[in-house]
This record gives sequence, C-alpha cells and structure tokens, in this order.
Amino acid sequence: MTSPPRLLMCKPDFYGIEYEINPWMNRLVVADSTVAARQWEALHQTLVDLGVEIDLIDPVKGLPDLVFTANAGLVCRSLFIPSKFRHEARQGEEPCFTAWAKSRGWEIVSVPGDHYFEGAGDALFCGETLFAGYRFRSDAFGHQWIGERLGVEVLPLELADPRFYHLDTCFCPISATQAIWYPGAFDDYGRDVLKSRVGELIEVSTEEAEHFACNAVVVGRTIILNEKTPRLAASLRQLGFDTKPHDLSEFLKAGGGAKCLTLRLDGEEAAYWRFQTAES
Amino acid sequence: MPPHPLPAPVPLPDATVIEEIEVRGHIIDSLILPKILDRILQMGGSFEIRECVIGSQRKDPSHARVAVRAKSPEGLDAILADLVEHGATTVNVSDAQVVVADMAAAFPDKFYSTTNQATQVRIGGRWIDVADQEMDCGIVIDLSSKTARCVAMLDVTPGMSVVVGHAGVRVIPAERPPGETVFGFMNSAVSSEKPKAVSLRAVAESIREARKAGQKVLLVGGPAIIHTGSGPHVAKLIEQGWVQTLFAGNALATHDLEQAIYGTSLGVDLGHGQSADHGHEHHLRTINSIRRLGGIKNAIDSGLVKSGIMYEAYRKQIDIVLAGSIRDDGPLPEVITDVIEAQRRMRESVKGVGFALMIATMLHSVATGNLLPARVKVVCVDINPSALIKLSDRGSSQTISLVTDVEPFLRSLAAELAELTVAPE
Repeated sequence: MTSPPRLLMCKPDFYGIEYEINPWMNRLVVADSTVAARQWEALHQTLVDLGVEIDLIDPVKGLPDLVFTANAGLVCRSLFIPSKFRHEARQGEEPCFTAWAKSRGWEIVSVPGDHYFEGAGDALFCGETLFAGYRFRSDAFGHQWIGERLGVEVLPLELADPRFYHLDTCFCPISATQAIWYPGAFDDYGRDVLKSRVGELIEVSTEEAEHFACNAVVVGRTIILNEKTPRLAASLRQLGFDTKPHDLSEFLKAGGGAKCLTLRLDGEEAAYWRFQTAES
Repeated sequence: MPPHPLPAPVPLPDATVIEEIEVRGHIIDSLILPKILDRILQMGGSFEIRECVIGSQRKDPSHARVAVRAKSPEGLDAILADLVEHGATTVNVSDAQVVVADMAAAFPDKFYSTTNQATQVRIGGRWIDVADQEMDCGIVIDLSSKTARCVAMLDVTPGMSVVVGHAGVRVIPAERPPGETVFGFMNSAVSSEKPKAVSLRAVAESIREARKAGQKVLLVGGPAIIHTGSGPHVAKLIEQGWVQTLFAGNALATHDLEQAIYGTSLGVDLGHGQSADHGHEHHLRTINSIRRLGGIKNAIDSGLVKSGIMYEAYRKQIDIVLAGSIRDDGPLPEVITDVIEAQRRMRESVKGVGFALMIATMLHSVATGNLLPARVKVVCVDINPSALIKLSDRGSSQTISLVTDVEPFLRSLAAELAELTVAPE
C-alpha cells in the first residue's frame, strides 16, 4: 500500500482581484470573499474525502494569488524548483513558497539567471516527459535547464492564446498516456508534438476551455473539474474516471481553477517518477 | 511524429549581419529547432546550421548552433529577440581587437593575417562579413559604417583601424556540397591521368554557371596559347562573350599581335610550323609598330590588327590587365611596368569574378591566385605539373589542375561552349 496523495493548498483569506496580469482579471469585477471561501472549503473537503493529505501554507496579506499553489514551484522526487514569477505582483510569493519547501525538507534548486518559471502551472509530467508551456509566463530556456538538471525529456510548447497563459489552463495529463487538452491554445508545432507524444488526447471545446475545463485535479481515478464542463465530464466517465464538478467561479475571475489551487507533492498521477519513488 | 522536415537554408545574398545562436534541449521532438528555423525564414532572414548534435536517447538533450543572417542590424535584432523567446541564446564571444595604423604601408604589430577563405569579424556584438577577401592581407574596420575589408600592406594608411590577434575573427571554410557538380570528383591533386572529356565538360559547365549567376569569367593566359596555335580558340571564347576579364603579360599580347600582323609567333609560321625568314624580328617589329601607333587600340582602329585575342578583347571592350616583367621586350604601351600598380589593377579587376581559367602561365597564375577569394573556382591548365603544384602550394587550394596540352584543351572547350547557348552579355 502506498502512502496517501499529498497536496499543498492555501486558504483564500487574502484572495482578491488586486491587479490585472491576465485577460481574466478585471479589478472592476471583484471576487466575493465569502463565496470564494465557501468554494475553496468545498474543494478542500472533496480532496480530504478522497483521502488526500492537505498541507497548508499560511496565507499572506498583500499576496492574493498565494492561493494558487500550483505556481509555487515544480516538485520532482526530493527536489523543489521554486517559481520565478514574471510579474512583479506575484514575486512576493517566491520567498513564502521557498521557506515552506525548506521547512518540509525539500532540496531547493533554482533556475539560474533571469529566466522566468512558474512551477507546475507551466510544467506537467505525462509519463516520462515533462511538457512545459512558455511564452506568457515561463521561458523556454528555463524549461531546457530544468530538463538537463532533472535528467528528463522536456518538450517546450509555445502557448498561443493569452487567455490560456499557463500550460495547466489548456493541458492536463490524467494518466501516463492520457491528457485533456484544448488545441486552440497551441500553435501547429505544439499541436503536432502533443498529438505525437501523448497516447490519448481528450479534446475540450472552446466554451468548456473558457470555463477552465483543463484546469482539473486528478486523484487516482477521480477528476475534480470546474463545473460548466459537462461534455468533458461525460468523456472522462466514458474512460472510466469518476468526476466531481465544483463551482469555482470566484477563482475563475483571477484566471484559476481547481488545478491552480493545488500543488501535488508526491507526484501527479501521470508522472512516471511517482511510481519509481514508491518502488525505491 | 508527423513529418516536420527542417527547412532548407535560403541564400540571402544581400545579408551582411550575422549572429550565431545556440539552442539546447529536446529541440527535435519538441519541434523547437524546426520552429526556430521557420521563424528565421518567416522574418526575412536566412540561416546556416553550423553544428547539430542529436542526443542518442530520448532523455538526452540535443544542441544546435545556427548562424542567423539578416539584411540589416534591425532585422537581425528582431529575429534574435523572437528566437530568444523560444529558448535560443546568442553565442557570446568578444569583439575583434583593433589597433590604429601608425604608419603608411605597414600594419601594426600582431596584425591578423588573412587567408583566402570567407572571413567574418565581430564588431559591436555583431558578426560582419569581411569584404574583398584576399590572402596575405590585413583586415581594416570602418567603425562608423561597421564594415570590414581586406587591405594589402602597401595600401595601409595612418589612422586605419587594423584587426590584431585572433579574437573576434572567424574563418568560414568553403564547403563543397557532395555531388555539387562534376567538379566533385575532380579533386585538386595534380595528375595527367584524368578523363579529359569529363573534365572539359565540367569546366564548360562551370563557366556557364558563373555567367548564369551574373559572375565574371577571368582568363589568365601565357604566350604558349599563341605558340601552340590556340589563339583563335581563345579569341572565339572572347568573341562569344565567355570571358569578361583578361590578365596576361607583354608576351601573350605581343605574340598575339605578331600573329595578327605577320602570321607568326616568335617567328614561327603558325600555318606551316616553319620559321619565317628573319622571323625572330617579328615580335620586336610588332611591338615597335604598336608603340609607333600609340597603342593596341590605335593599331586596331588603324586596321593594322584585324584578328586575334587582343583584337576581340578590345572589340568586346572586356577588362584587360597586362602586367609587365623584367624580361619584357618593349614593352607594349598598355603593359603596366610598375608591379605594385599592376597588382592593384588586378585586385580591382578580380572583384565579381566567379570563375578563373589559368592557361600556361605560372607567374601570372600564382599572382592571380593570391588575389582570389577561395570561393572562386579556379581551373589551371598546364602541360607542366610543377606549374600547377606551385599554385596549389601557395594557398590556392580551391584550384582544379589539369595537366594537358593547352591547344586541344582550348579547342575542345571552345567547341563545347559553342554548343551551349550564347553567353549572357
């Protein structure tokens, strides 16, 4: 029996739309903190019910996006590669996440130079390959450095639509050979790479992609989705997955969904190294 | 993986600004390399893959070094800014070092001595093509226009910025793509044992290609052309527009004119092969007549000269440089007796030459070889292998050498070219 899945989350105590760094954010469209807290608690409860151990990082006033822990960094076995945010507004999160990772015993390895890297938001394992989004937030060069440092194959994918500014807004590996994707977020090269390197791609429509269908959390054979993505949910159930839709509308106002609100610490279900760690 | 062939490099003749980039990682499977190459072309640049090492296993990274060319520094900057987004980095090297020339006709100490291979220097963070490539020169940089060119020692003037040392200088050896032409199999080893018909077709084809590409064909000829009775073949080549530039000495011109006036070469009747009475005087009388008339052109205009190489050369108004030597009789008024001046004239005239045919003249061939950049194809024909070896030994390694009697060679070449379409003017 392997140990239970572990996730990092952050309570939305100081969450809000305080700046605009993606097309979803509009300071005139404020997030209702009470509703946001309720939505977050519901997500948290679903995960706990699924047997997930939740590690919580303390919220910090003035860092509204700390709630999006997917952008804390990239976890690979005992290594933690902290994010280096492109936008100044989020750079204050870096010391928080790094201090947390240190306190939990991770070995911290930083991307050198002045390259941007936004963690699991832009770097997702599918099998042995790390798929990495670049252009809006992370640099292709930083991804290449990570590939060499981890000794894994990294396939940088250019993100072509600013609405899908992180890879985890348009691509979600659900097993070592399957992934949800929204083709419109990539260019021809990226589409060709994904088609040739992922065994089965589950395509979402533009409408569902705009409801952050791809920003899903996978725990075993259960997939926690944003609601208003019924067609994707049906496709996933046909493939034998259980689906749990959640209303995360307050977080969508900041351009984030279920996946953005979590960071898998023991390896995503689709990441090859999770099983190697379990065996070793 | 769907087919994503790497785009073929597109030549960009006007491109003068170059920067080298490196891209690392899983650049093949991620299609980053083809994307980068496509981007360069889409943005109006061109590229050349200098190095590409592919990882042997899937997790092994690959890397490629790519030279990016653009028509302007602004264009290059735009392309590089785009490529950086895809993970490319510029290969950092230092600028070329320059020392200001402190005296005329000599380089500063430790000057960079050039080869005949295409060379680039780095100025202000950019690789710039060196113009007027020539071996055994220095490189002078114009810092205001950010241009560089080869300058001969005697042409140095105080104040010129001369490149010293090897930092920020790189040589790009000419690569002959395999199977490019029949030239491919004709390596530069000097041998009489080569199939002449194939060699000849290759020479004719190269001349035709040079003309098609808008390049000049240079003929460097010695007096044996006339002695062997090949004058009419060369005259025909000139008349048909296959030769744009002629380098020779006093001898070729004199014996050609002697033949036009007396029908002899060094007194030997070219029709019968017999020595004419007092024939040994013919060449000196020829020179004297031409000098009395004020030059070759006047001799042609007066009707004294009605045929031959010089006749056709003047009639076609091709570029002629006659360089003198200390053994010359006369010489003819057109012969340049100041060797430095002759060298300068030849240096000017080799610009735009794409093909050089050197026939039976060792000294003029070596002198011309010294002036030609390595990209110019050179075919040297002589019955004496040592003349050909000398040329190759002096650095003109691009030379194709044919050991053969010049008369049958020129006769066949003229016939071969006559079958082709008339040379573009």
